[in-house]
Amino acid sequence: MLNIAQPEQVVFKPELITKFNEIVARYPEGKQKSALLPILHLVQAEFGWVSGPAMDKVAEYLDIKPIEVYEVATFYTMFFLKPLGKHVLEVCRTGPCCLVGAEKIMKYIEQKLGVKEGEVTPDGLFSWRGVECLAACGMAPVLQIGPEYKFHENLTEAKIDELIDSLRLTTAVNPQIS
Amino acid sequence: MGRKILLEHINVPGINTFDVYRQKGGYRALEKALKTMSSDDIVEEVKKSGLRGRGGAGFPTGMKWSFLAKPEGKARYLVCNADESEPGTFKDRYLMTYIPHLLVEGMIVSSFALGANTSYIYVRGEMMPQIRILEKAIAEAKAAGFLGKNILGSGFDHEVYVQPGGGAYICGEETALIESLEGKRGNPRIKPPFPAISGLYNCPTVVNNVETIAAVVPIVNDGGDEYAKIGIGRSTGTKLISASGNLNKPGVYEIELGVTVEDFIYSDEYCGGIANGKRLKAVVAGGSSVPILPANLILKLANGENRLMTYESLSDGGFATGTMLGSGGFVAFDEDQCIVRNTWNFSRFYHHESCGQCSPCREGTGWMEKVLHRLEYGHGKLSDIDLLVDVSKKIEGNTICPLGDAAAWPVASAIRHFRDEFEWHVTNPKEAMERNYGLAGYADPLPKPEEVM
Repeated sequence: MLNIAQPEQVVFKPELITKFNEIVARYPEGKQKSALLPILHLVQAEFGWVSGPAMDKVAEYLDIKPIEVYEVATFYTMFFLKPLGKHVLEVCRTGPCCLVGAEKIMKYIEQKLGVKEGEVTPDGLFSWRGVECLAACGMAPVLQIGPEYKFHENLTEAKIDELIDSLRLTTAVNPQIS
Repeated sequence: MGRKILLEHINVPGINTFDVYRQKGGYRALEKALKTMSSDDIVEEVKKSGLRGRGGAGFPTGMKWSFLAKPEGKARYLVCNADESEPGTFKDRYLMTYIPHLLVEGMIVSSFALGANTSYIYVRGEMMPQIRILEKAIAEAKAAGFLGKNILGSGFDHEVYVQPGGGAYICGEETALIESLEGKRGNPRIKPPFPAISGLYNCPTVVNNVETIAAVVPIVNDGGDEYAKIGIGRSTGTKLISASGNLNKPGVYEIELGVTVEDFIYSDEYCGGIANGKRLKAVVAGGSSVPILPANLILKLANGENRLMTYESLSDGGFATGTMLGSGGFVAFDEDQCIVRNTWNFSRFYHHESCGQCSPCREGTGWMEKVLHRLEYGHGKLSDIDLLVDVSKKIEGNTICPLGDAAAWPVASAIRHFRDEFEWHVTNPKEAMERNYGLAGYADPLPKPEEVM
């Protein structure tokens, strides 16, 4: 996270803070740290990734030390510590998916998007990466797209074409992503 | 047709909604429990049912519940483990997607039995759609008066919350899950103390799998004895099996424990045989952690009898010729699949998911991944095979949590049963790189020796 350009300032909108408050209310008095994972998911949904200043703001909100947020955000693989494309295609690369062609699907996506795993397409729209078992082995191969993690199952090259085309059509480039 | 008790109404349109679930007899167990039973009665029924933890370990649920400490003035917690991350397992996703109220009802009844006023369903973060489904189901149950203060006038207060994880396999281990729920890294705790004494927020806590908690509903409805009539011996009741890999009909099946493995793979009621008319080569029967078995050993016991889908029959023969039921993640490999490549894939998974606390696991999983990678990619040596066995033995049993064992078993068992295929990768590296499948003896078409060279 040290060599990634960080935003100078991060502002949490009041609506976001309201959501944080709702989450904190689920835990006993003084156990607000339990809200850390759900809050980091909300931060990522809002900003597209989890930046250093955003983590500092979360620490301040939860009244915990910044390192307590950093150590969690770096441990859990769902949190992006650098900006990625607007749509991050996360393809399952574990055993059962590979038995039915996940490796071919990943190669195809790499070819189609023209970027390597973890990189961003020049238009800022797409990234892709392999992830570990997504618990959908019966519908393999599968991929998911955050922040709501919609699943795309029984993938074929034709389905990838269709998916990428429809994402291109329905979304304008998010200016926040450099 | 086997009896279905969890998925009985799965095909009823709208069963994911409160109204339809209720029409089909939903929340009957909750009414019965809160109006006519004491918490001890429920624990007793669960004990009688013989229900064993459905997440993988197979520990008797009633016994786990009875270990829960009940100190005065301290809260108790029920935490549902919906972190479902074991490769090959997807039954909990299925259950939460299609019949979420079964889990919500089970949570309330189980919490009543344990005296927990707050419970959490820890769902892996990738299952955001299921989190939304559960949140809706909880809101519906609350609107109907089945959650909140003084439920049905019983004096029992209860709230259920859904907590998302962050994509870490290790959080399926119960103490790592508790750490994660407390907003920390998912590092498993040293036991004792067990969660039953000191778990979430240092309070007595029970952690149960989704399917285990769902099974409490039929147990309360029909009684533990009735549940125990299904199945064979100490494998009572039904089990959700997640079938995947090269099968004609992959999917989630509810089986009565005791059907034969052969029936499960080949009959039309279940998986309908191997896809594309191929032959079965191997099976991982209980999620990626359990030993892989070649076709002959998964179908028959060493003495020639049929192997059954039960805890005991699958583990018959120990690790020499047996495996485990585990989480019920049943992965079938056809004759064209390469065992070395799959073992490397699983090893990469465990290396990626090791939390890094214990050196044998943190370092050993990485070594196994690297050695398997060079075997798979044609740079292996014959001595690598023994090296892998050696490393796996040094991980097994030497770590705080079972992830170490889970990483060691697939490697050790693949070499135990498919050693010739590993050797073939060393002696025929070019051939091994050029096609997906492994050794001639298991693969079809059979390559002739001169073609191999």
